[in-house]
Amino acid sequence: MTEIILQIEDLHASVDGTEILRGIDLTVRRGEVHAIMGPNGSGKSTLCNVLAGRDGYTVTGGAVRYDGQDLLALAPEERARAGVFLAFQYPVEIPGVGNTYFLRSALNAVRKQRGQEPLDAMDFLTLVKAKMKLVDLDPKFLNRAVNEGFSGGEKKRNEILQMAILEPRLAILDETDSGLDIDALRVVADGVNGLRNEEHAVVAITHYQRLLNYLVPDFVHVLAKGRIVRSGDKALAAELERSGYVDIEGAAA
Amino acid sequence: MSAGADHLADARRLDSAVPGYVRDLRQRGAQQFAALGLPTPKLEDWKYTNLARLAQQSFALAPTGVPAAAQQLAATAKLGTGIELVFVNGHLAADLSTLGELPAGAVATSLADAMIRYTEVVAPTLGALAAPDVDGPLALNAAYAADGAFVFVPDGVALETPIHCLFISAANGQATMAHPRTLIVAGAGSRAVVIEQHVGSGTYWTNAVTEIALGAGASVTHHKVQRESAQAFHLAAVIATQAADSHLSSHAMSLGATLARTDLVTRLDAPGAACSFDGLYLAGETQHVDHHTTIDHRRPRGTSRELYKGILAGRATGVFNGKVFVRPDAQQTDAQQMNQNLLLSDDAQIDTKPQLEIFADDVRCSHGATIGQLDEDAIFYLRARGIDPADARRLLINAFANELVQRVDTEPLRRQLETVLAERLPALVGEQP
Repeated sequence: MTEIILQIEDLHASVDGTEILRGIDLTVRRGEVHAIMGPNGSGKSTLCNVLAGRDGYTVTGGAVRYDGQDLLALAPEERARAGVFLAFQYPVEIPGVGNTYFLRSALNAVRKQRGQEPLDAMDFLTLVKAKMKLVDLDPKFLNRAVNEGFSGGEKKRNEILQMAILEPRLAILDETDSGLDIDALRVVADGVNGLRNEEHAVVAITHYQRLLNYLVPDFVHVLAKGRIVRSGDKALAAELERSGYVDIEGAAA
Repeated sequence: MSAGADHLADARRLDSAVPGYVRDLRQRGAQQFAALGLPTPKLEDWKYTNLARLAQQSFALAPTGVPAAAQQLAATAKLGTGIELVFVNGHLAADLSTLGELPAGAVATSLADAMIRYTEVVAPTLGALAAPDVDGPLALNAAYAADGAFVFVPDGVALETPIHCLFISAANGQATMAHPRTLIVAGAGSRAVVIEQHVGSGTYWTNAVTEIALGAGASVTHHKVQRESAQAFHLAAVIATQAADSHLSSHAMSLGATLARTDLVTRLDAPGAACSFDGLYLAGETQHVDHHTTIDHRRPRGTSRELYKGILAGRATGVFNGKVFVRPDAQQTDAQQMNQNLLLSDDAQIDTKPQLEIFADDVRCSHGATIGQLDEDAIFYLRARGIDPADARRLLINAFANELVQRVDTEPLRRQLETVLAERLPALVGEQP
């Protein structure tokens, strides 16, 4: 059996006093791609935000171990440096902060943690241009402020670009496919597939089965009312596509 | 007058060997100041800036000479480009200045020199724009009119290099004052960049007045960089008049002093005149910084763009008052004004008042003001990519300020400002609870 990278046990979390996650169990091993599907309000984004460490989400029970350590005890930046990457559902626009500077700061923060020397401007540019080709993003975006004035699709490509540069050991995609046309969807899937090997793991959270045509998951889980109510292989996604979430939500109630 | 400090005492001891028009200006100033005194918060324009701390102290004119501290400040604050006039305690220090070649007819010299040598230009202009009748500090500056900078650019002449006027206050342990006066006269179709920078050490009071006259089609860029010592009081007025199709680009950076108040006024006195007013102010601890700007559209087809940004931390207080007048004759005016403020602590405070008064009907005008904290979503986004929270905050604050720094075209000044901000911002971030 390959090594476990993420172990979620009976995770409970609330937002503003309302319990959203009501006992999540999930085990992710190296090299695996997991898809978590579920209707609106099932707790998908809450799970992502709890794993990334965003303020305003209170863990009320359970545990999350990442690579053998207590993930919940780490600050967001420590999680990122340890190799956890969240692709945001709504990437934030940061006027005045250049994309190049941002990407290089992020990469060098991660490299420092890995005991690697920081990349200088020239080496970084060579790397980032190669990665941009991969996600089909024009190099002109390097000269712009982070996500400022980017279209929805460009923002998502920028997320995948960051993922490709940082090479996280665990990538969590929070509905990265939402609002994307078919070309952008393929770029996202290619980016994830590019990361796919025995070292890395991916948890892709999605509302639709569409992404999973390009990103063939090893496991599919269905989240409803804060719990994983069914798990299976990719056939489960196809089944959900036919029957919808109605039956599942009924079962979780 | 309050607290007994006689601010006019030293004015009676000024060198009287000056032309009659200068003596007249001093006399008018002294009379007006005797009537007006230093402003108090009872005056609408001084409601949020209380000069009581200044009024209680007595300040004296510094003895002549260049203390060692002034030499050190000159060495670090000079830009190493173009012509640099260095003033110590209000008077030109020739040894510290760098003079260079100017195009024929152009002049950059001390006002004391110009009062005598360029009477035909100085006499009709000095005190004409900044009339000493309306405001106590203006009157007091006139009462002490003695020296400062003079820049004259003849019709059609473009100055290729900037003129840096560096005002240094440094005295040996004594509370001193300086009332420097700068006069910039730009002829028709001329171009000039003038940097007016204020630095110093110890406790002192700068009360500066700058007058700028732009001829038809002239283009003047005026940088005012206030980097006074942490104990200094800084009062300043910059007052301009613009002829047809002239362009004034004003950049006001207020970074130092315990109390700083700057009034910037331009009158678009002829058709087609344009101005841009940029401002950036930083204050922490118990600093107080106040900008009052007035853009007065008096004739048709004028354009104005104003962007002032403030960063306030600790228990600092800030004031922005931006008046834009569009007079009945100023049809087809296009005016935009914006004031944005970043408050980095619960105790920092800003009073902002954009004030648009329109008396013409065919105009395009907009104004606005924002007050906010750092964007928590942006901080989380940066942290989620491995960036330290302190670095994330500094990055965002720097980005906020950088918009105005990058608009400074003179590269050595831009680099100097970047360096100063890089030193100053960590302290402001550190002041967060």
